[in-house]
Amino acid sequence: MLDINNLTAKIGDKEILRGVNLTVPDGEIHAIMGPNGAGKSTLSYVLSGREGYEVTGGSATYNGQDLLAMEPEQRAAAGVFLAFQYPVELPGVGNANFIRTALNSIRRARGEAELDAVAFLKLARAAIKNLSMPDDMLKRNVNVGFSGGEKKRNEVLQMALLNPGLAILDETDSGLDIDALKIVADGVNALRSPTFSALVITHYQRLLDHIVPDYVHVLAAGRIVRSGGPELALELEAHGYAGLEAA
Amino acid sequence: MAAVTETLETVDALAAQKYKYGFETNIAMDEFPKGLNENIVKLISAKKNEPEWLLAWRLKAYALWRSMEEPDWARIKHPPIDYENLYYYAAPSGPEPKSLDEVDPELIKMYDKLGIPLNERAALAGVDSPNVAVDAVFDSVSVATTFRETLSKAGVIFCPISEAVREHPDLVKEYLGSVVSIGDNYFSALNSAVFSDGSFVYIPKGVRCPMELSTYFRINARNTGQFERTLIIAAEGASVSYLEGCTAPMRDENQLHAAVVELVALDDAKIKYSTVQNWYPGDAEGKGGIYNFVTKRGNCKGKNSKISWTQVETGSAITWKYPSCILKGDNSVGEFYSVALTHNYQQADTGTKMIHIGKNTTSTIISKGISAGHSNNTYRGLVKILPGASGARNFTQCDSLLIGDQCGAHTVPYIESRNMSAKVEHEATTSKIAEDQLFYCRSRGLSEEDAVGLIVNGFCKDVLKELPMEFAVEAQKLLAVSLEGSVG
Repeated sequence: MLDINNLTAKIGDKEILRGVNLTVPDGEIHAIMGPNGAGKSTLSYVLSGREGYEVTGGSATYNGQDLLAMEPEQRAAAGVFLAFQYPVELPGVGNANFIRTALNSIRRARGEAELDAVAFLKLARAAIKNLSMPDDMLKRNVNVGFSGGEKKRNEVLQMALLNPGLAILDETDSGLDIDALKIVADGVNALRSPTFSALVITHYQRLLDHIVPDYVHVLAAGRIVRSGGPELALELEAHGYAGLEAA
Repeated sequence: MAAVTETLETVDALAAQKYKYGFETNIAMDEFPKGLNENIVKLISAKKNEPEWLLAWRLKAYALWRSMEEPDWARIKHPPIDYENLYYYAAPSGPEPKSLDEVDPELIKMYDKLGIPLNERAALAGVDSPNVAVDAVFDSVSVATTFRETLSKAGVIFCPISEAVREHPDLVKEYLGSVVSIGDNYFSALNSAVFSDGSFVYIPKGVRCPMELSTYFRINARNTGQFERTLIIAAEGASVSYLEGCTAPMRDENQLHAAVVELVALDDAKIKYSTVQNWYPGDAEGKGGIYNFVTKRGNCKGKNSKISWTQVETGSAITWKYPSCILKGDNSVGEFYSVALTHNYQQADTGTKMIHIGKNTTSTIISKGISAGHSNNTYRGLVKILPGASGARNFTQCDSLLIGDQCGAHTVPYIESRNMSAKVEHEATTSKIAEDQLFYCRSRGLSEEDAVGLIVNGFCKDVLKELPMEFAVEAQKLLAVSLEGSVG
């Protein structure tokens, strides 16, 4: 369970999160929507441990572990996965090698045996097939020369293989056509289980047609100003965010 | 930026884990008195029972060296080298070993410690490098050459150069100094005067050398310069892959290494020369380390010949070397693949010269420089197309990767083309390991140093894939370790 309590954070002198309260129990998918500049990406970065964000108050725990006290790689080992809004290119680094190194780092941190190249490839090929992705996805260098859609699919592939307990998807739908959107959604849906939860950050309702959330929250000016069921997303789609910020 | 600072701190912490090969071997040594004069040159020559012509050659080189000045054009700084305070010859005492059984067990132990099996049976039984013949050079002399019988069945000559002078004088006389003349530069003149040993390789016509050949250099003695000389000749249609590795103990004072390597490829011959240079780089404050002033040059003498240099340079306080190709034969090919990594106060000024003389000659230069700490890393290269080199082509790519903001990367390419039909391309990039790359890797579970290692190995991939398999794996590990301490 992800438990965020009165979390405040700033970048430089600018206060971005002004007291976020949110609980995501295992097995649930929560969507976070909101206007530009509301603090959606900041929330995802603070949870995954990116530098440059100063937490000024409050707490965030996952399964009782204090996320804010952990290094990014420790959070990964604890089961937190961030799907990036802008996935980063790693020239010369093969995708299969990258994901295997990541998976084995996590397994090592958990005291599990590492996977050799053969065992990993078997796992990776199966995942690729499940996600209807092309085989060369593993051979190419991490995100280098990938189209926007391919980069997002690669995030989903990494997520599938690292098999996190909590996935944070930071506007993973932005810039995707409908086919790519479906692949991303299928990837998340495939992970649904009583021990998996996700925080889906999005601008648009359309992703939520494919990943149906248990709850929708509206983040505005650094606070969650409204929460509701999936129907809240439809309402926002119809009326926009106007008037919510004052609430 | 904070992430980078932190990386560097991690890197420094790991650097403290120290240079793994920095042990000293205690063994009885013969040394000549310090300093250099004609008598020392004569002593070295006499010690080796050299013929008159070689002594004359050495003395000529010595006189030339005395008349020359140390070059000052490279982007390196060091206190003056006191050539009178060096030993020019050091060797394990006693008669030269005739076979492996006569080699001092301490030496065998040392090479085992370094992972270089000198015992052929052990090498054959082991999975480590079952198919590599090794010539081990300890300070000034070659102590053992393995697999000589297997090689001689194929007609390949692989032996210490001092032995080649005695056993194959005609070949040595014809080719020694034919690619790097004694007066080529200050350090080649010095080497020609005092070189003590090194490897000699001759691959006869049409023979593909049945195994990788390798020389392993080790400087052990204090205040001793190592001046080895390597000569490789591939006759018509022959081919060979040659590996070179180096280590030295950790010492506070700087040690001089001034080697000369000459390669000759006749018609249709191929020589692939790979180096993993891991001399002691000095400590975190820049104290100690090897001064590596090396002249390496290959002559693609025959048509359709090919010479390929691959180097991974992670060691030495100073690296000054420019493995080059003279593309004399029509359609000959020169290649230079280089990774140079500097950290702390290391300085590297390295690159290549591709001299296009024959028609339709082609050259490729791929250089990857990685700088970290307070280090300086310079690529210096010359592509020269002479008037007769119609249809010559060169492609050069120089990439620099910076870690932190105290280091420097410099690219100094010279291009001289005197033939209108030649095509010369040059690409250069400079980048930093970006904070977002590190965060991306860490968010996937990689530790910071694993992330840096992965990114740097990715950066060097185009060069590492040119190395023979065993070496590539070694080089990858070396980069990661040096990175921890070094990438830089």
